[in-house]
Amino acid sequence: MTLLAILGIISSAIYSGTSLLYATLGEVVGERAGIVNLGLEGVMLVSAAVGVAVTSRTGNPYLGILAALLAGVLMNLLFGYLVITRKANQLASGLATMFLGFGVSALIGKDVVGVRIAALPRLLLPGLEGLPRVYSSLFRFDILVFLAVPVAILVWWLLFRTRWGLGVRAVGENADIAYASGRNPLWLRYQALLVAGLLSGLAAAHLTIAYTMTWTEYMTGGRGFIAVALVIFSKWHPLRAIAGALIFSAAVALQLALQAAGVQVSPFLLDTLPYVLTILALIAWGGTRRHSAPASLGRVYLGTE
Amino acid sequence: MTAAVDRTRRERRLNRRIADAALRYLLMLLLALGLFGVILLLSGKNPLHAYADILRATLGSTYGFSEVLVAMTPMLITAMAVALPSRVGLINVGVEGQLYMGACLATWGALTFIDLPAWALLPLMVLLGMIGGAAWAFVPGYLKAIGLVNETITSLLLNSVAPKVVSFFIFGFWHGPMDTNKTANFVSAARLPTFFGTRVDLSLIFALALLVLFWYVMRYSRWGLEMRAIGGNPQAALRNGIPLKAYQVGIMCLGGAIAGLAGMALVSGYFGLLLANFSSGIGYMGFLISWLSFGDPLGVLLVSFLVSVITTGGNLLQLTQGLPYAAINILLALALYIVLARPTFVRGAK
Repeated sequence: MTLLAILGIISSAIYSGTSLLYATLGEVVGERAGIVNLGLEGVMLVSAAVGVAVTSRTGNPYLGILAALLAGVLMNLLFGYLVITRKANQLASGLATMFLGFGVSALIGKDVVGVRIAALPRLLLPGLEGLPRVYSSLFRFDILVFLAVPVAILVWWLLFRTRWGLGVRAVGENADIAYASGRNPLWLRYQALLVAGLLSGLAAAHLTIAYTMTWTEYMTGGRGFIAVALVIFSKWHPLRAIAGALIFSAAVALQLALQAAGVQVSPFLLDTLPYVLTILALIAWGGTRRHSAPASLGRVYLGTE
Repeated sequence: MTAAVDRTRRERRLNRRIADAALRYLLMLLLALGLFGVILLLSGKNPLHAYADILRATLGSTYGFSEVLVAMTPMLITAMAVALPSRVGLINVGVEGQLYMGACLATWGALTFIDLPAWALLPLMVLLGMIGGAAWAFVPGYLKAIGLVNETITSLLLNSVAPKVVSFFIFGFWHGPMDTNKTANFVSAARLPTFFGTRVDLSLIFALALLVLFWYVMRYSRWGLEMRAIGGNPQAALRNGIPLKAYQVGIMCLGGAIAGLAGMALVSGYFGLLLANFSSGIGYMGFLISWLSFGDPLGVLLVSFLVSVITTGGNLLQLTQGLPYAAINILLALALYIVLARPTFVRGAK
């Protein structure tokens, strides 16, 4: 395998890993507050459709990103209203959100199916100006790629180094105790879902406005569920999510490269690897308290007497 | 004397509760229809025409009604695949994957034993389908029973694996001469018989039998009692000598087997072949239906019927109103949202 091919794999891993990373970070924040959002797939679809529709209408990709962010927040708050205020079951509400996302995104996107939109400009990685064109074209990324790792660090800082993050994590571990120590679990969960919605919106925005540059129905293709798996794989930690998203997307890119090189490996079986690895990792960590999920993940907070 | 008065009073109270519940669900449905109507108006369609179209296409003709039954069958079965494990406190989100594996193994049977007559091949396919689903459910069930990993997470992860395994077999070995993403049509011995020239097939009878069996076992058998005990308080059940782990693994596998049956029914009845990514979330729909009806057989039947009317009608909306097919998911999701939000229409009433 030539150097060029290897660099190609890395480049495409970074591209497809970015949206995964954003989505995983969003789910990490939500789950740290004790809320599993299985509707992530639907939230991302709506954000993606809105992003494409706005970009194609205005011709401005930045407005598209803004709209995608807004759509992500709105969808998450809708989901939040069900599971926080109305105290509905999280799994069922998440699946309902997924179906809602299928429908709403199809309706919003129906006029822009296959329309090519203005993409985010791509900038060369600083310090690589001297490279030959063949190589340097592999290292031209859009702004959202450059922001991905800083955003992951920001999320880590928010969750582990601020009072707000302490509150969010406390609510995810035990909402009653968080309440007793003077925090408002319901309000904190709304805030966490708002942040998660922003991040899901970013994920969808990168997927469409920077990566595929078009809209097709069900275009997320299971990325929402992959992100849910990656959250577990990265043990609910934003920095490990970087590694998780990169490993996953590198595996996908490698498999494409292997196919191109004529190696006989079924792409479908390779596709199952991340899930199988996650399950194996779960079994390996099973039982130890240190690596387990937020204690009241998925539990409804009914209020404290 | 007082006992009789008590009973009539209790019956009257029960009747009023049922009437209240019916009224509440009717109002919820109207609310969902109203909201979707607003969305239709916003996208420039006439909601009244759309609803009239849906009704005419589903309940207005024998053919339409038969199509509703066709759509309802796999939902009934997958809902039972969730309802059964939920009775012992297990959350089976993995129906989608179990359904794929059931379909996969049943297809292997159909493609391998092509010379068998229908009376031997069909039961064999049913058995294979159930084994496939049960095997897929064994992993989460076993991991839960030994206290290692939560069954929700594992069954959800396995959902993403199963369709890829099916695709692996189709693209690698089973695809027909003309296609890459589906098998050739099954031989007629591998097809479930249909009724009265419609697409309603034998699996509807399976589904209804399953509902009755579930109701009977839960209510009148020792297993039902023990399962309810586990669902109520697993520790207390264990102390009373109920084999908790055996139940957890066994019931999860049984749920998987039911899901596998749904997969078998889809490939042998509805499609007549195995197609890559053939299920568009039927397993997840089963989860929602079971959850909305609290795992009650009659509720499962009602909710499945309603959902099938909506999805079947959605096909027509695409043709007459120029809406994308997926748009009908909005109506579905709105109805689900409203039920999940449990609105109180009358203040004080719960």
